[in-house]
Amino acid sequence: MNKFWIVFSYTYWTKLKSKSFIITTAIMLGAIILGANLNQIIASFDTDKGPEKILVIDETGQLYEPVKEQFKNMEEKTVLVKVEEKEDKVLEKVEGSEEYPGYLILGLDESGLPEAVYKSKSVADFSTAGNIQAALQSVRGMMAASQLKLSPDQLQLLNSPAPFENIALSDKAKSEEELNQTRGLVYILLFVIYFTVIMYASMVGMEIATEKSSRIMEILISSTSPVQQMFAKILGVAMLGLTQLILMLGTGYFVIRSRLDSLQGGFFDFLGFEYTKTSTIVYAVIFFLLGYLLYATLAAFLGSLASRVEDAQQLMMPIQFLLMIAFFLAMAGLFNPERGFVALTSYIPFFTPMLMFVRIGMLDIPAWEAFLGIAVMLLAIIILGIIGGRIYKGGVLMYGKSNSFKDIKKALQLTKK
Amino acid sequence: MLNIENVTKRFGHFTAVDDLSLQIPEQEMFGLLGANGAGKTTTFRMILGILDETEGHINWNGKPIDYSASREIGYLPEERGLYPKQKVKDQIVYLARLRGMDKKEAEAELVKWLERFNVPEYMNKKVEELSKGNQQKIQFIASVLHKPKLLILDEPFSGLDPVNVELLKNAVQDIRDEGTTIVFSSHRMEHVEELCEKLCILHHGRPVVQGGLREIKSSFGKKNLVIHGDFDMRDLANEPGVIKFQPTAEGVRLQIDGEETAGRLLQIVAGKGFIRKFELEEPSLNDIFIEKVGSRYE
Repeated sequence: MNKFWIVFSYTYWTKLKSKSFIITTAIMLGAIILGANLNQIIASFDTDKGPEKILVIDETGQLYEPVKEQFKNMEEKTVLVKVEEKEDKVLEKVEGSEEYPGYLILGLDESGLPEAVYKSKSVADFSTAGNIQAALQSVRGMMAASQLKLSPDQLQLLNSPAPFENIALSDKAKSEEELNQTRGLVYILLFVIYFTVIMYASMVGMEIATEKSSRIMEILISSTSPVQQMFAKILGVAMLGLTQLILMLGTGYFVIRSRLDSLQGGFFDFLGFEYTKTSTIVYAVIFFLLGYLLYATLAAFLGSLASRVEDAQQLMMPIQFLLMIAFFLAMAGLFNPERGFVALTSYIPFFTPMLMFVRIGMLDIPAWEAFLGIAVMLLAIIILGIIGGRIYKGGVLMYGKSNSFKDIKKALQLTKK
Repeated sequence: MLNIENVTKRFGHFTAVDDLSLQIPEQEMFGLLGANGAGKTTTFRMILGILDETEGHINWNGKPIDYSASREIGYLPEERGLYPKQKVKDQIVYLARLRGMDKKEAEAELVKWLERFNVPEYMNKKVEELSKGNQQKIQFIASVLHKPKLLILDEPFSGLDPVNVELLKNAVQDIRDEGTTIVFSSHRMEHVEELCEKLCILHHGRPVVQGGLREIKSSFGKKNLVIHGDFDMRDLANEPGVIKFQPTAEGVRLQIDGEETAGRLLQIVAGKGFIRKFELEEPSLNDIFIEKVGSRYE
């Protein structure tokens, strides 16, 4: 068997069987399954309690019924309950029980229209207060209309909302709603790209630094060409990353399919599955791979310069900075995907994986732009691979204190005649 | 036949190896000696093709050594190292496969070698669980498992106890007898004297002594003279032809310039009293080494 494949498969299998890989993968898969069942889990906490009751003191004797009806349409988990006691008794009741979040006093103002005071234990519960206000508002509207002797038709006309539609001029652009929906998934995939690239690229760098510091490197390079080894290792770890990614996507797909009905509303609206195209996922995988290859090549030759694992960490700082810059740019681009800087940086190789992905995910850019980005990446990977291979060849032979970039020059000199 | 022809290696302005020429015939055991930084490891790395020579050529059986010859080459680097977290079997088989060996064959050979070194139980142990000496045995196995035709051993015996040195020495001799050409370096002169027919001493990248052990010793000229007697021998230090004078518990140990001086000294001491011992010794490799490389060495 070709030596490339021997190094490749050894790297892949030893890493695949390692405890750290098994544990991180298990945690990630667990998180996905947990996430998919989030609605049920949240629901299971909610159903423990019955509906919350807001006690109502109706000073008028006529407002309670209409307000209650209106409120019922707006909120299900809370009901209004009329009480006949005095306010101090009601206060005692509310403070004495978890069941009651607060109480409401309904009355009439000078003009004979409804007014209300809502006293609650927590002012933070805006939605309930807002709903009560809205319910009261519509009752007040109806009463005002009848004072003014408006017919129901006139009332309806008065209340009819102004038709408003937001239409993007370019039919390529996603609608505002779609954008908001897509943003969630792109955001998560960006995170995945960021973390996996940083994790697997530094895995390569660390692996090489470890081989160097344990001095097994000398045996390895006397058996196989260093450059061949470097790329076999990079691809072996890439395979490992793909394995993990496929496991994650596969599990994700499976649990989403099996629970499609329950995955609606709340958190899952944020992810916007309905608007996700398969191509977004495919591009995420492509840009993970390209980003990984670029950064792993960088990490490989930086790792080859270190004689100790501690030095390797220091040497790999620039990689983390570059990735962080790319990530922050991408985060900014997520909310303004059409800005010039997003388009510009999406063609700078170190930023392409994330910035181009943002543009692909958020806009409908023409395919050639995506392919141009991919081509730029491939070119950068090849150039970096050639330079990196030469540095690597010399770097693995260097020992001693090494944490400066002068070492690159020294390493190149070693490979000369 | 390993042929090193006028090889020079420079790193920038520093010359690590300077015009080195060596011919090492097949099935020979060749010793490369030198102080730290003399250029031994650089020479080995050039033989292995890890470094390119600045000038000159290195050929193995008429061809330059590259990775296609990897199956025929075995290498034990001076700086020992294996994957600490991995099992002996896994990594030895991996390294053997990188040398072009079949997986099954490598496993079978590994079993044989572990038994030979009396450590069959290490097969499935992690390397970090083994003692340093035992790690070294494993690494030695890694360098010879694939039955190389050319074996390069950089300090193979350093850090081993005498029992294991014997074990390894025998193994090295057996491998040589099976037809392998062996080049090795050592700090321990007695190992070189015992194992090598030919040797070369490097100093600052230049070969200062080179050839067969016997010729080197006889052409060195200087010999050692040991005299044991119960009389005062201090005035011998001033005799012409005496290079070094070193009193011992029972007499003196002298370094002299040849047999003639020995004869003259015998006449001088004969009249002084009873001589219990008067012996002319061949110079040891250690003497030659110190002489050629300087007493700065270690």
